[in-house]
Amino acid sequence: MYNLIGAGLIVIGAGIGLGQIGGKAMEGIARQPEATGKIQTAMIIIAALLEGLAFGALFLGK
Amino acid sequence: MKKVSSYLIKFTATILFLCVSMGYSNPISDEPGKVDTKEEIDAYITHHIKDSHDFHLFSYTNDAGERKHVGFPLPVIVWSSKGLTTFMSSAFHHDDDGEVVVEKNGTQFVKLHSKIYELNEGATEVTFDEGKHATNASKVLDFSITKSVVGVLLVGLFMLFAFSSLASQYKNKKVPTGFGRVLEPLVLYVRDEISRPNIGEKHYRKFTGYLLTVFFFIWILNLLGLTPFGFNVTGQLAVTACLAIFTLIIYTFSGNKEYWMHILWMPGVPILIRPVLAIIELAGALIIKPFSLLVRLFANISAGHIVVMSLIAIMFTLKDTLGVAGATALSFILSFFITLIEVLVAFLQAYIFTMLSALFIGMAVAEHDHAHDGDGHDVPDAEDVRENFI
Repeated sequence: MYNLIGAGLIVIGAGIGLGQIGGKAMEGIARQPEATGKIQTAMIIIAALLEGLAFGALFLGK
Repeated sequence: MKKVSSYLIKFTATILFLCVSMGYSNPISDEPGKVDTKEEIDAYITHHIKDSHDFHLFSYTNDAGERKHVGFPLPVIVWSSKGLTTFMSSAFHHDDDGEVVVEKNGTQFVKLHSKIYELNEGATEVTFDEGKHATNASKVLDFSITKSVVGVLLVGLFMLFAFSSLASQYKNKKVPTGFGRVLEPLVLYVRDEISRPNIGEKHYRKFTGYLLTVFFFIWILNLLGLTPFGFNVTGQLAVTACLAIFTLIIYTFSGNKEYWMHILWMPGVPILIRPVLAIIELAGALIIKPFSLLVRLFANISAGHIVVMSLIAIMFTLKDTLGVAGATALSFILSFFITLIEVLVAFLQAYIFTMLSALFIGMAVAEHDHAHDGDGHDVPDAEDVRENFI
C-alpha cells in the first residue's frame, strides 16, 4: 500500500521534472532554432539523469 | 502491385486466423486446482525478467491436461564441492521448485528459483524454512551458458561478423556495399555526434572503439529483447553492471593529472572545504556515476518488458469483462504502440549509455586551461563561456 503511494509520489516528481526540462528546452529552441541540436543533447542527458534517479527510487521502493 | 496485394491477403489471413484461434483456445474452466490467472501472469512475467537455464519458447496444456514446454535445453556448468560438473538443463525437466534432483559426479543438484543448488551430504530432497529458503542445500559457482549468455554470444558473433566485413570493405574501395551501407552512417553518427564533441578533438580516437562497441552491443541486445524469443539481457543487473564497470575502469585509468586534482584537491575553493569536496567527488566518480549508468539501463529495459507483457496480459485479465474480441483488440492496440515506443527506447538507452560514458571519459581527459589556444575560432562558443563562468 505505502509503496504504491511512494511510487505515485516518485512519478509525480519525475513528471514535474521532465515537464520542466521539456518545456524549457522547447522555449530555448523557439528562441534559438539554430541551437536545436545542442539543446536536444543536453535535454536528453538531463532527462536520462532524472530518469535514473526516478527508476532507482522505484526499485528501492519495490 | 500484384505481389503486394497477395502479401497483404496472406498477412490479413494470418492475423484473422490468429485472432480466431486465440478466441477458441482459451475456454474458461472452473476446474479446482487450476492456477489463478493473475498469479499465473505474475509468475510468467517474473520468470521472463529473470535469467533462465533453458531456452523456453512457449508452453501449452494439451488435451490430456499435461503441461507441455517447447524450447531447447542449454548446458549447465557448475563448480561444486566435488569440482567441475556439466550436464544439460533438460535433466531438470523444467522444474524450478527444487523437486527434481539431478545426480551427477557424486553430487546432487536441484534448481530453485532459477538458481542451481547443491544438496548437502546425506540429503535426498530439499527442505525449506518459512521464508521458502532451502535449509539443506548450498549455492554453487554457476558458469552455465544461460539464456542471457546465449544472447551475449549471439550478438558478439553478429558484431564480429558484421563489423569485420564492414572494415575489410574499406581496403578495396571507399564506399561500402550491402549491409555495410546501413552500418556506416551509424558508426559515423557515434563517432561524430557522441565521441568527438564529448571527448574532444585530441583524444577521441582512442576511445571511439569502446564507445562503438558498447553502443552497438546495447542497442542490438535491446532490440533482441523486443523479439518473441524473450531475451532480457540488458535487463540483467549483472550485464549492465559489467558494462558500467568497463566505463568506470576506462575513465578512472585514463584520467589525467588535472582530473585527479579536481577530485582530490579542488582548486579555487577554501582549504577547509576541500576535504569535504574530495569525499563527495570520490563517491561521485567511483560509485554514483557507474551506479546511475547500470541502474538506468537495467530499470528502463526491465520496466519496458514488464509493461509490454502486462499489456499483453490484458487479453486474459479483461476477457470476462470485455469479451474475447474486445480484450484482444484492446491489448493488441496498447501493446502495439508501447512496443513502438520500446523500439525508440531501445535506441535511446544505447545512445544515453554511450553518451554518458563519453561524457565521463571526456571529463577525465579534458585539458582545462590551455585546451582552447589552437581552437581556430575567436568567438567563444557555449563551452568556453560555461567553462569561464564556472
